[in-house]
Amino acid sequence: MRQRSLATAVSLLSGAALAYEILLIRLFSIVEWHHLAFLIISLALLGYGASGTLLALARERLSAAVCAALFGATSIGAFLIAQRLELNSLEIFWSTRQFGRLFLLYLLFAVPFFCAATAIGLTLARHAAESPRLYRADLIGGGVAAAAATALLFAVHPVTALQCVAALGFLSAASFNVGRASARPSGGVGGLKPALRLALLGIVAVLGARPLLLPLRMSQFKELSHALRVPRAHIVDERSSPHGLLTTVASPAVPFRHAPGLSLSFTGEIPEQLGVFTDGGGMTPVVRGRDLAYLDFLPTAVAYVAPRKKVAIVGAGGGSEVLNALAHGAEEVTAVELNPQMVQLVRELGGPYGHPRVRVVTAEARRFIRESNERYDAIQLALVGTHGASAAGVQAVSESYLYTVEAMRELLAHLRPGGVLAITRWMQAPPREVVKLLATAIAAEGHFVLIRGWNTATLLVKREAFTPRELAAIRAFCEERSFDVDHPPGGETFNVFEGPSLSDAAAALLTDPEDFYARYKFNVRPATDERPYFFHAFRWSALPELLRLRARGLLEWGYLVLVAGLAQALVASLALILLPLLVLRRRASEPTWRLVLYFGAIGLAFLFIEIAFMQRLTLFLGQPLYAITVVLSSFLVFGGLGSGFSARITRPRRIPLLVAAIAVVMLLAVRILTEVALGLPDVAKILISIALVAPLAFVMGMPFPLGLRRLAEADVPWAWGINGTASVLSSMLATLIAVHFGFSVLVLAAAVLYVLAAMP
Amino acid sequence: MRLLIPFLLLAATDPYERARARMVNEIAQDVRFTSGETGRVALDARVMRVMRTIPRHLFVPEELKSAAYANRPLPIGHGQTISQPYIVALMTDLLRVKPADVVLEVGTGSGYQAAVLSPLVKQVHTVEIVAPLAQQATARLRALGYRNVTVRHADGYNGWKEAAPFDAIIVTAAATHIPPPLIQQLKPGGRMIIPVGGPFSTQSLMLVEKTAAGKVRTRSVLPVVFVPLTRPKP
Repeated sequence: MRQRSLATAVSLLSGAALAYEILLIRLFSIVEWHHLAFLIISLALLGYGASGTLLALARERLSAAVCAALFGATSIGAFLIAQRLELNSLEIFWSTRQFGRLFLLYLLFAVPFFCAATAIGLTLARHAAESPRLYRADLIGGGVAAAAATALLFAVHPVTALQCVAALGFLSAASFNVGRASARPSGGVGGLKPALRLALLGIVAVLGARPLLLPLRMSQFKELSHALRVPRAHIVDERSSPHGLLTTVASPAVPFRHAPGLSLSFTGEIPEQLGVFTDGGGMTPVVRGRDLAYLDFLPTAVAYVAPRKKVAIVGAGGGSEVLNALAHGAEEVTAVELNPQMVQLVRELGGPYGHPRVRVVTAEARRFIRESNERYDAIQLALVGTHGASAAGVQAVSESYLYTVEAMRELLAHLRPGGVLAITRWMQAPPREVVKLLATAIAAEGHFVLIRGWNTATLLVKREAFTPRELAAIRAFCEERSFDVDHPPGGETFNVFEGPSLSDAAAALLTDPEDFYARYKFNVRPATDERPYFFHAFRWSALPELLRLRARGLLEWGYLVLVAGLAQALVASLALILLPLLVLRRRASEPTWRLVLYFGAIGLAFLFIEIAFMQRLTLFLGQPLYAITVVLSSFLVFGGLGSGFSARITRPRRIPLLVAAIAVVMLLAVRILTEVALGLPDVAKILISIALVAPLAFVMGMPFPLGLRRLAEADVPWAWGINGTASVLSSMLATLIAVHFGFSVLVLAAAVLYVLAAMP
Repeated sequence: MRLLIPFLLLAATDPYERARARMVNEIAQDVRFTSGETGRVALDARVMRVMRTIPRHLFVPEELKSAAYANRPLPIGHGQTISQPYIVALMTDLLRVKPADVVLEVGTGSGYQAAVLSPLVKQVHTVEIVAPLAQQATARLRALGYRNVTVRHADGYNGWKEAAPFDAIIVTAAATHIPPPLIQQLKPGGRMIIPVGGPFSTQSLMLVEKTAAGKVRTRSVLPVVFVPLTRPKP
């Protein structure tokens, strides 16, 4: 009874903490921006590390049940306070006050993680002999929660999910209480009553907090906030899923007029639109009006200078590019959209997805390309996101499998003879994305034409050379609309960009790409499936010049946030773990360096491998959300089983070596299998993924409990803290390694770390 | 001249005068930074003189007064900002306005940009869609005596038909495209400027010119001179 309730308590709490992490990312993506969510949560997770220090110092006076209940209370409390803190993250480069607020947010969210980790670490330390079973409960709880949280987000609003997580904290507290009460000689069922009372009380409080949590307070600078500030603008629909919060806004007084890159020669009106926002940004219009003349003046219309019968629109969103294809006489349009709720919503709002000539495919873009057996006369990669987001480089460290050399080859392979691929991007000054796109097209051996308006560029790629007739038609199209043809060069210039022209860039890339990559002050080397970071353009060598010029507008947010986060986490882990460890540690059962090396190395390596496999299998499974959930859950569940099994291991020293070996073998296996098994149905692919992860995760679950086994009780909290800190550093370090060296190097680095951990 | 008298009076007693002088020095410094390639060492002297007189601290929220003359953008509420002084000066300079010009501004915000334009031109028309901002700016500009500025609470997309055509247009509210009515309301030979980028990081300034023949050309101007290509190896 006692052991079982303790294990249950640990499972519940570990699961609650992991679900909390997933929910915070969701909630912060809505009220702020995704990259900031990543930063705040990464730093807050240091609460895990700090708990080790507290446990080492004051273990005797702590109660796991109280800590678990505190997790329940502070998980909601922290979010409530954060909503009232008025952080303006955009101002951070200018204002120390905002820096202070950001720091406060780290501290605030570290508290719930700290409470959860203290409760679990305390249990591990007090029951060291049972650590394999308890650690198993910890990992399995996390694994189940990762899947459950994603499923829950399909069913309920993120705020409701947050309430569930807090309630779970209180349930765990009750379970800890039962465990403790039944440990007493007079125990038995006696502990049940106060425990349940505590849980009930907590859950009632959590339910009562709802009016304080809703509505979510969104940053005043988000697109949706701007839209709703306009007179008579109002929300007509709101729905939520793990893909994002979709908010539909009608604005009768000042209509939406979304027409990215519209020609300066257009003199007509833009028809009525509804605005659909994802997480308060990235507005996509659903066109309601009938007058579609403007569509022919968008840069994307250049794809239709020749008749295109069969068209695919990738990233179709609200469907305006689908309308564009229909307006230009397409007989069959395939609209590819990732978010099923978006498809449903656009249908309900009267968008073009119900049109008899339109076929909707709900899938991730790359997956659609890989699995489609059809060929098209034109494939459009629609322009998504905002000019501001593109300028700020917020996506820099997000993977995208749509803009890699391999993807470009696959796209070209799906063109009919004479067919064209059209990709439109926002222009940045100086240009980055468009130059990289050019380099990608050249690496994929496509023939291309590049046209440009005042704020967008459209790249047309074909398998064959463009005919003189096509070129003449494109030039006439551009001439009429004040667009420029940058490649092939020649013709009138309507829009001047300072700095080296795209014509020159194209010419240089065609003659000596390596020389151009080296000389360009941004990273424009094409992205590959191994390093799918199309949006990452920052080069360290340009930093001194950018800072000297005070060119804040040219800094790349996503990447800098990652580096700044890592730097801050390093400092914080020194202060929270390493210094106390060196100064305060007594009664050593093992030298300090050895403790740090072992638990640090396995902490870093676990996430390196997890993240590398997550990415590799995302490409295989073709749906990031499910891939991440399947891989994360499998790693945790099988890791947990491995931990439970570790009690039977007699030669613990060799286990890390075994992990290193299996990791390298699995890396090769993943590469081969994911190519061979590409065409299989989803269920088979998911089973293959689990089968690939299972053996590796199983052995990866062992080193931690095996390491604990040889420690004195007083050292267990330190090991817990070091491991927790290493995991936090690991998630950021892993991304950085992947950006610069690719996923294979990441797995190899993990293997080296396991070898280091095995050193006597 | 009558217009300048309140400024002169203000300058005589204004505790912020030194801060303002420091701000103007910083702008001059920023301009010199960017001069390397363009060969432009300074902005129009008239623009710099105006930057030296406009009481920017009266255009920012009370609690940010102390930072009013820092060379940085500031939030003014309702998701809007007052631009960095350097960017305001640069945009004003790029418009090349003359004393007889009639100017349209889309996105009044605090009214600071309109105030900067006021002494340089004949008339400034400015449009703001956020009602409280439009009201505040109207009251503020009236109280400070900018008689040649008119504020209207309206949708800037359609410009200001009754006052058109304009010699210059400044669009501080971002859009996915340049509104056709604004191009129509720009005089041949006129100039329009649009800052591109986030509210706290202007990445480039888009200059739209309408030739005497009515043709429209754009030019992207970087606020900094950053040449993205290193020289080829010899």
